Amino acid sequence: MRFTLFIWRQSNKEEKGRFKKYQVDDISSSMSFLEMLDLLNEQLINKNEDPVTFDHDCREGICGSCSLVINGVAHGPERGTTACQLHMRSFKDGETIHIEPWRAKSFPINKDLSTNRRSFDSIIQSGGFISINSGSVPDANSTPIPKTIADKAMDAAACIGCGACAAACKNSSAMLFVAAKVSQLSSLPQGKAEADKRVLKMISTHDKEGFGSCTNTGACEAVCPKEISIGHIAKLNREFIRAAFKSDLNL
Amino acid sequence: MLWLKRILFSSVGCKLVVALTGLGLVGFLVAHLAGNFLVFVGPEAINDYARQLRKFPLILWILRLGLISIFFIHIAFTIRLTRLNKISNPQKYAVPSRELSSFASRSMILSGLTVLSFVLYHLAHLTFRLTNPLFEQLGEYDVYAMLLISFQNPIIVCFYILSVCLLMVHLSHGISSSFQTFGIKHLKYNKIVENSSIALSIFLALGFSSIPISIFLGLIQ
Ligand code: HEM
Ligand code: FES
Repeated sequence: MRFTLFIWRQSNKEEKGRFKKYQVDDISSSMSFLEMLDLLNEQLINKNEDPVTFDHDCREGICGSCSLVINGVAHGPERGTTACQLHMRSFKDGETIHIEPWRAKSFPINKDLSTNRRSFDSIIQSGGFISINSGSVPDANSTPIPKTIADKAMDAAACIGCGACAAACKNSSAMLFVAAKVSQLSSLPQGKAEADKRVLKMISTHDKEGFGSCTNTGACEAVCPKEISIGHIAKLNREFIRAAFKSDLNL
Repeated sequence: MLWLKRILFSSVGCKLVVALTGLGLVGFLVAHLAGNFLVFVGPEAINDYARQLRKFPLILWILRLGLISIFFIHIAFTIRLTRLNKISNPQKYAVPSRELSSFASRSMILSGLTVLSFVLYHLAHLTFRLTNPLFEQLGEYDVYAMLLISFQNPIIVCFYILSVCLLMVHLSHGISSSFQTFGIKHLKYNKIVENSSIALSIFLALGFSSIPISIFLGLIQ
C-alpha cells in the first residue's frame, strides 16, 4: 500500500508548527500505524533528515503513551482502539492521511507529535491514596463486592490515561479521565473512605491545570480507546455534589 | 460563603448553575405556553388572562424579577464557560473530524444567542409594544387584537417559527444534558430521559408555532 502523509512538524514548544508532506510506499496492510511511522523514520534517517517524534511505549494498547490525531480523530478511525493497535488495513490504498498531536492548552507540544501530559499526573497525584493495610495479601473475598459493582469499577479502571478524551473535546475537558478514576475508586469499598476528598481535589486540580468544562457532547466516549461511558461523568457529578454540599470538606 | 463561591465557579459547579437555571427557564416556557393556548379559547379568555396577570403588580414584578435573574444567570454562566473553554482549547485540528457528537450539543452558544435576540425582540414586540404604531390605538388588554394584527405579516410569522425551532435545538440537547449534569443517569432510564427531553422540545416548538401559524392561516379570527 502507499500513502501520502501530512505530518505536523514542530521543533519545540515555542515554535509555530506546520504540516509537512511525506510519501510512503511498500506498506503492508498488516503493519500497525506506528510501524508505518517507524518505516518513514528509517527513510528519513537514511536521508539524514530529522525523524518524526511521537510518543509510544507498550504498543499493545495498555500504557496510554501513543497519542495521534489521525484525520481529525484521536487514535484514528477504528473505535475502541489505540493508535498503536490500529492497522493500515483500516485505510484505503493511496489515501491521504493527516497526523496531528493532541491539541489542548494543558497538553503543550514537546516536539512534532509528542505532547507533555504532566497535567494528567498532577490530577492523579491530587487524588491521593486509599487507606488499606499494607502487608501480606488479604484473604480473597474478605470484602464482599457484588459482581455488578465490581464490573462497573473494572470498566472505569480500563482507563489508560492517554488523554484522547481531552484531545477530542471541543472544550479540552478531561472530565472523562477524572470520571474514570473517581468512579473506579468510589464504587469500591476500599475507595469509599477518601471519596469526598478525592473528587474535590481532582476537580480542583483539573480546573487549575487549565482543562475546560463538560458540555456533555459525548465526543470523548466516541474516541476513548477503552470505550469508557460518559455515564461515569454523571457519577463524577453526583460524587462532586455530595462532597461539595454534604461533607465537611471545602473545594 | 467562600466555599460556595469556589464550588459554583468550578467547572462542575458552573454547569450545575447552568442546568438549574436552564430547567427553571424550561418551567417558565411550559407555563407560558399553557397561558398562550388560551388564544384558542377566544378573545375574552386570553385578554382576561392578561388582565388577571396585571391585576397584582407586586406578584407580577416578583415573578418577572425572578425570571429575569434566572435568565441573566444562565447567560452569564454560559458565556463564562464558553470563554474559558475557548482558552482551554486554543487550536483546532487542521482536518475537521467526522462527527463525534450531535450538532445541537456543539452549537449551544449559537442557538442560545439566537434565542436571546428573539427574546429581546419578543419583549419589544408584545410586552413593550414598540414595533407597531397600530398597537397604541388598542385597549391596554387587547392582546388578542395585537396577535391578530402582528401575525398577518409573514416575516414576523417566519421569525417566530425560526426562533422556536432554534430553541428546540437548544433544548433537545439542554434538557437531557441537565440530567447528566445533576448526575441523574442510569442505564435503565437513559433512553426515557433522552427521548422525553427531545419530545418536550418538539412539543414546545410545535406549541409555540401553532399560534402564529393558526392566525396567519385565518384559523383564528
Ligand atoms: C428560554 C431560554 C433558554 C432555555 C430554556 C435554556 C435552557 C438550557 C438548558 C436546559 C441547558 C442545559 C444545561 C446543562 O447542560 O447542564 C442549557 C445550556 C446552555 N445554554 Fe441555555 N437556555 C436558554 C437560553 C439561553 C441563552 C439566551 C443563551 C445565550 C447565551 C444560552 C446558552 C447556553 C449554553 C452555551 C449552554 C451550554 C453550556 C455548556 O454546557 O457548556 N441559553 N440551556
Ligand atoms: S503505545 Fe502503549 S497504548 Fe499505544
